[in-house]
Amino acid sequence: MRMKSYLFGSLLLLPLFFSCEVLAPQEPEEYELLDGPVEDLTMAEAQRFIKGDVAFNDQIFTVETGLGPIFTGTSCVSCHAGDGKGHPFVKFTRFGQSFPGVNEYLKQGGPQLQNRAIPGYEPETLPPGAPHTDLIAPIVTGLGFLDAVTDQDLIDMSDPDDLDGDGISGRVHWNTRPDYVKDRPETISVDGKYITRFGKKGNMYDLLHQTADAYNQDIGITSYFEPYETYSGDKMPSEIDRQTISDVVFYLKTLKAPIPRDQDDPDVMAGKALFGDLQCAACHKPTLTTGYSPIVAISYKEFHPYTDLLLHDMGPDLDDGYTEGYAHSYEWKTPALWGIGLAKDSQGGQYFLLHDGRARSIEEAILYHGGEAENSKNLYLGLSQTEKDQVLKFIESL
Amino acid sequence: MKISTLNFLKINLLIIAICCFGSAHAQEEDPEKGEENNEQELNMDAVFSRPTLSFDKVPVTVGGYLEANTMHRTEEGITDGLSFQARRLTIFMAASISERIKFLTEIEFEDGGKEVAIEFAALDVAFHPLFNFRGGIVMNPIGAFNENHDGPKWEFVERPDVAVNMLAATLSNAGFGMYGKTYSGNWIFGYEAYLTNGFSSRIISNEQDKTYLPAHKDGDNLFEDNLSGKAMFSGKLAVKNRKIGEIGVSYMGGTYNKFQDDGEDVEDQAKVDVFAIDWNTTIKATGTYIVGEAAWIWAETPDTYTQQYGNKQRGVFMDIVQPVYKSKIFEWEDATFNVAARFDYVDWNVGRFKETNTRIGDQLLAVTPGISFRPTPKTVFRINYRYEWNKDILNNPTERAATWYMGFSSYF
Repeated sequence: MRMKSYLFGSLLLLPLFFSCEVLAPQEPEEYELLDGPVEDLTMAEAQRFIKGDVAFNDQIFTVETGLGPIFTGTSCVSCHAGDGKGHPFVKFTRFGQSFPGVNEYLKQGGPQLQNRAIPGYEPETLPPGAPHTDLIAPIVTGLGFLDAVTDQDLIDMSDPDDLDGDGISGRVHWNTRPDYVKDRPETISVDGKYITRFGKKGNMYDLLHQTADAYNQDIGITSYFEPYETYSGDKMPSEIDRQTISDVVFYLKTLKAPIPRDQDDPDVMAGKALFGDLQCAACHKPTLTTGYSPIVAISYKEFHPYTDLLLHDMGPDLDDGYTEGYAHSYEWKTPALWGIGLAKDSQGGQYFLLHDGRARSIEEAILYHGGEAENSKNLYLGLSQTEKDQVLKFIESL
Repeated sequence: MKISTLNFLKINLLIIAICCFGSAHAQEEDPEKGEENNEQELNMDAVFSRPTLSFDKVPVTVGGYLEANTMHRTEEGITDGLSFQARRLTIFMAASISERIKFLTEIEFEDGGKEVAIEFAALDVAFHPLFNFRGGIVMNPIGAFNENHDGPKWEFVERPDVAVNMLAATLSNAGFGMYGKTYSGNWIFGYEAYLTNGFSSRIISNEQDKTYLPAHKDGDNLFEDNLSGKAMFSGKLAVKNRKIGEIGVSYMGGTYNKFQDDGEDVEDQAKVDVFAIDWNTTIKATGTYIVGEAAWIWAETPDTYTQQYGNKQRGVFMDIVQPVYKSKIFEWEDATFNVAARFDYVDWNVGRFKETNTRIGDQLLAVTPGISFRPTPKTVFRINYRYEWNKDILNNPTERAATWYMGFSSYF
């Protein structure tokens, strides 16, 4: 009898042990997360995505593996937690250029200030009088779609001379690019310049350019693509292999587009209509289309980033007196609004919006708009509180 | 083929241990004597307070323990499924060289033998109960778990987070020192003090991306080189009342970085200080056993480094073990069923961001209920369910994980 009790008791424990799934934390809904791959990757592509994911999210650089000697972050994920926006803790500073053209402070450490250093080294300090701006990292999801928009589509959206008279005159960023990048399909070149589209000033050509530059300027990692150490300026052996960078680029290309939420909510729907009425959508274009991409999952797809990838005059409040490439200091590339409602989840539970995180709410970000967006801002200010709330709720749903 | 000194030593110790097993005549321990001894022992005695086999005409005792388990972890709804783990096989061997000189070593094989570590290998010379010399590879007496970590003594498969992932248990270093004990009525007083090799700069530059003392153990030549060139002091004071329980306070600290090279200053000298309090007691009325430790770390880092690597850390764990059924089961006298619960908390980066004046995250909180069955005090079968909440450095939404464990740990 006693033996039976023991056996019975033991048997009771077995279902408890194998009910692992029941008591375990449930997976968040897909729309609550920024990370994850685009749908319909092949299995080989999925494996490569995972390799890039590991390099992007798990690879921490140490003194032994090449960190620094001067740097701003120790890994990709330190600036892009959960593939989301950066936090002021990893805010970085660019300096040395006031006007379109060349950075005059390249020999004094420009364009990026590496404000941290491994023990025994001194970090860079801002040269007196150097024009500069602070920046926080953007959301990185959906970048493959933005990369695959054709140059011609960008040119078609641009209106540099405001020929349609709507007060909005976005222009593509004609810029130089490093030799190691390859032409994107149907790329357009004029007088040796190309249309660049990544970065806050839209001065980076593609995701390889962006990634290799970030490894070098942010973490102090030399590579085949960017072999010059930021501290000494000397050419150094690669501290990361080409394959890893390539995997990270693939990962960034195949991160899914953020999934909008609450799209059936009447307030969100009303806010969406107002967003159009206020002409916000003139720059924050709701829908773009990709051209050909060797990755079938992002080839010829319609997507909804709420950007036109063009440079716009944003007025004096956002003119920090610093610029990159051939943009003016008052010009900024329209940032994609997709995923903005999830930004807090990578920023410690609070908003740090605009290029340097100065805006602590979506409304505050709107109020910083000027220049070509002055009219839209004024229209927003003329809304009733209910309508304003609807606009904000819509933007937060993206 | 070159064999390093360390590996040569490990191989020889293993061969000796196997040979001893070959001719061993196991002598059963007297359980009553064991209980008597327990009342006179402090945590610091744990290295010698183990069941061992002794041999006719050979002044050597040998023992060890094995831990194995299954686990099933689910993190935010994603699981890698069930896995089986043979976490560690530890062999210890003691030898009485003469009346007052003895030697003890503990070798641990982890991850199926991929990691082999000498955790302890020291010569003890007893001059007086209050003054014993110990030298060799010694366990730094920080907290309680570092010196008292044998798997069969615990009701949980995982080791406490504060001990393992903050204090670097099981931490040992080459060095020398002394220890002693004295008794007065129900009171027992003990102390330990050692000078050993110190930590390395790995503690502030590692793949955990946080100030992480355990990263020191990934270094080479741990028992041969002292990167800072400065001795690290570790010491402990412990007091026990046989009717109440034991409390210990311990400190470990020193310079951790190689601040000079070829006589030239290459970095500012940087120190790490660790302070811990540990306690254990048994409530006589209910038989409830309570054990835990709390620890604080202060690590100097350059102001121009990154706040990713914090200057302050703190953590605590506490186990509560309640025997609920004790009887003869099969042929086991006093077989015991226990219910138990553990609380773990570690904050690897105490402070606020300079940029936003908001609180830095990087914390773990875990609760682990469990049940255990001890057919004898030397063997434990245990089922644990650990639920943990992890905060990243930015205090982004908490990541949750749940893990089931079922396993055993037994002395042999």
